[in-house]
Amino acid sequence: MTESILNTPQAGSAAGIYENPVDEAIAILKERYPGAVADDPRDNYSGLVVNAGSIVEVAQALRDDLGFNYLSSVTGVDLIEDNKLEVVYHAYSIEKGGSAVVLHVQVDRDDPVVPSLVPIFPGANFQEREAWDMMGIRFDGHPDLRRILTWDEFHGHPLRKDWHEPFYEADHKPFGSRWPGGSVRRAEEHNPFGKNVQYPPGWVPTGEEYEVETNMYEGVTVSREATPGLKTDKVIVNMGPQHPSTHGVFRMVVTLDGETIVGLKPVMGYLHRNHEKIGERNTFIQNIPYTDRLDYISSMSNNHGYVLAVEKLMGAEVTERAEWIRILMVELTRIVNHLWALGFLLNDLGAMQTPMLYFYIERELILDFFEAAAGSRMMCNYMRFGGVAYDLPDDVRGQPTMQFLHDLIYDRIPKALEQGDGLMTGNEILRNRSIGVGYLSPEDAIAYSTAGPVLRASGIPYDVRRAEPYSYYEHLDFDVAVRYNGDIYDRFRIRMDEMRQSLRIIEQVLPHLKATEGQPVVGSKPQYALRMPANGEAYGRVENPKGELGYYVTAKRRSSNPERYHVRAPSFINLTALEKMTVGHKVADSVAILGSIDIVLGEVDR
Amino acid sequence: MTTSPTDPGTPTPEVPEELRNNVAITPLAKLLDPIYNWSRRNSLWPLGFGLACCAIEMICAASSRYDFARFGMEVFRATPRQADVMIISGTVTKKMVPTIVRLYNQMAEPRYVISMGACASGGGPFKEGYSVVDGIDKFLPVDVYIPGCPPTPQALLNGMIAMQEKIDNQSIASAPWYRKGDPTAEVVPVPVLGPDLVDVRQLDVIKEEAAKVEAEVETAVNA
Ligand code: SF4
Repeated sequence: MTESILNTPQAGSAAGIYENPVDEAIAILKERYPGAVADDPRDNYSGLVVNAGSIVEVAQALRDDLGFNYLSSVTGVDLIEDNKLEVVYHAYSIEKGGSAVVLHVQVDRDDPVVPSLVPIFPGANFQEREAWDMMGIRFDGHPDLRRILTWDEFHGHPLRKDWHEPFYEADHKPFGSRWPGGSVRRAEEHNPFGKNVQYPPGWVPTGEEYEVETNMYEGVTVSREATPGLKTDKVIVNMGPQHPSTHGVFRMVVTLDGETIVGLKPVMGYLHRNHEKIGERNTFIQNIPYTDRLDYISSMSNNHGYVLAVEKLMGAEVTERAEWIRILMVELTRIVNHLWALGFLLNDLGAMQTPMLYFYIERELILDFFEAAAGSRMMCNYMRFGGVAYDLPDDVRGQPTMQFLHDLIYDRIPKALEQGDGLMTGNEILRNRSIGVGYLSPEDAIAYSTAGPVLRASGIPYDVRRAEPYSYYEHLDFDVAVRYNGDIYDRFRIRMDEMRQSLRIIEQVLPHLKATEGQPVVGSKPQYALRMPANGEAYGRVENPKGELGYYVTAKRRSSNPERYHVRAPSFINLTALEKMTVGHKVADSVAILGSIDIVLGEVDR
Repeated sequence: MTTSPTDPGTPTPEVPEELRNNVAITPLAKLLDPIYNWSRRNSLWPLGFGLACCAIEMICAASSRYDFARFGMEVFRATPRQADVMIISGTVTKKMVPTIVRLYNQMAEPRYVISMGACASGGGPFKEGYSVVDGIDKFLPVDVYIPGCPPTPQALLNGMIAMQEKIDNQSIASAPWYRKGDPTAEVVPVPVLGPDLVDVRQLDVIKEEAAKVEAEVETAVNA
């Protein structure tokens, strides 16, 4: 299977008309559904516009007949000028690789109803709920269409263009209050309540407001059927949002029969920070530091996905040295992330702190390097359109940089991995608790749109770096790590494998860094007062440590702010499969299963 | 007979010459305070919960390189009943703040709050958004603010040491938590979630604002 992905011709390089699977699929769809699908007429938009009524049919054909079986992302867009709302679907082919078939469905803004795709692609579940929550698009036939990031009584749909937040100043930055005069105002002083709140005009509290503790359970089926002959009830146990094992402010509502899980509903939004609304107010460059705070353990690779998307829009070239530095940084980030993901996972399995502290030393060394290069340990804000912000530092911790990297790559990290393997991989407790637990079949892994190590541990060798290579990954020699059992143990081992592959990649990058020394690290296009040369949409995706991270960005000609800015967050979408993995296991296993998905709440809730 | 330096009214017994090296006369509070404060300042147990990015740096500060176990703070408690200090390590969202206030109410006095990072202190980079509380001090009394986004582990250590210094200056005699009507023991009313976050202490203001809107509508109709 790996072979077939490697040999697939990439989008854009196709010579014949049907050599590219995307063009072929689009041509077939147009032929089969005349009247229902058409080319997107807008400049620089790809894919098809589909009638809302036919979307289920088209999606089914796409999945079953054309092989585009992986629905990566579902995005709601507000086209306020046309009085329309739009849903954008990106579907990929796991077997063939390459780029996406993009489907656009447009509906009336006042009565937006789109048929749900959950029956065909269960992975659309949370994403459709998000589009309902943020945009107010109703998905007909969705099994559980409730708000997901805000709470049920929340007023309005915040990502609509005409919805204003309490501290609203203007549609776009830079705000007049800060520039050019620079007379900053304190937002609190302009709000009658002195804080970041607003109520619908004339709203008076009734005393029956939303009660977080009880209302949350409404979406959960409380089942009271007794086992024949025995008087037993199912109980509902709430874990989180403050719980030591939920990796932040995540919450699981678990239905238990004895100690066995029969149902599990993730509840999120406890860290919803308006990433996208702020992103649409910001200028393009102002979004880079915000992306750091999505998956805050892997800030470098978050930067990468975003700059790729914007570079596509503005047509910027990246300098050679910058590309090599980027690869170095994102692969180091992968190691940083996996070291801690495994530390946390082992913590959840009862190895209190020990593995984490063992891995901690190498992680700190890498963070020191990041600090020397970018100025900050965690929030690097390092990449720019067309390159990176600074060249590599002269030295790190008193050592010349290249020497430091060499020691790290050839000595420290391999030893740490060796040690980790020795301590853990054969460990009996670990094996007993993880082998066969939290199984996810390859079919489900695709259907639920899981990505990254979760997908690959279920036997699907899909890696964006190979399937649709970006940067210089095409020229690098590495294997797509894949394991076949789909359980916690394989998700543990695959991360070990991936770190080794990352080392292999960096070994190839180091000579290029030496060879390109002194060359420019950023292109000549302007960064700060960037104005888009043309209308268009772009989707930039990278293989983040957690899985496929995608940025959907649209812009208008001459504008300096994204029109729509959406993040396809791998942690968020991987959670769709959580219930599938946990049902049938003991409640203690749910903690380990969650740990094996490796979520970061900044990215789940955005 | 001399008199006590702190309380001129109380007579202090004379210490015989030969015992002067071994006996010192001080007021009780002055004797107890250092012991009492010393034991508390060196066992500040934080409530183990992380909110956002800052929590990662908090974990780093607890790990071997920065190691705040050196100051007696490493015992992260999973339950508020056993914790002395709450480190608000990250963005406080409207959906989360009822839980945080409830956790605070469950902590036993004396209890302290450290606001770690720009978000907890004032909303930080996300202040302008719609679902973020612009500073935890809108709801809880904060003892120490730590700037940074995220504050480095060193900065957190510095903040914890500032917390210790604050404790050093407390005295049993005036500690509010042993007195009747202790203001620090007050239960902070848990905010509720309506169309937006509702601080129940502000119900009057909310009603006033609603009345204003109504009056405006009326004048508009009459005109
Ligand atoms: S202050 Fe910065 S690092 Fe800390 S939670 Fe806020 S955004 Fe994250």
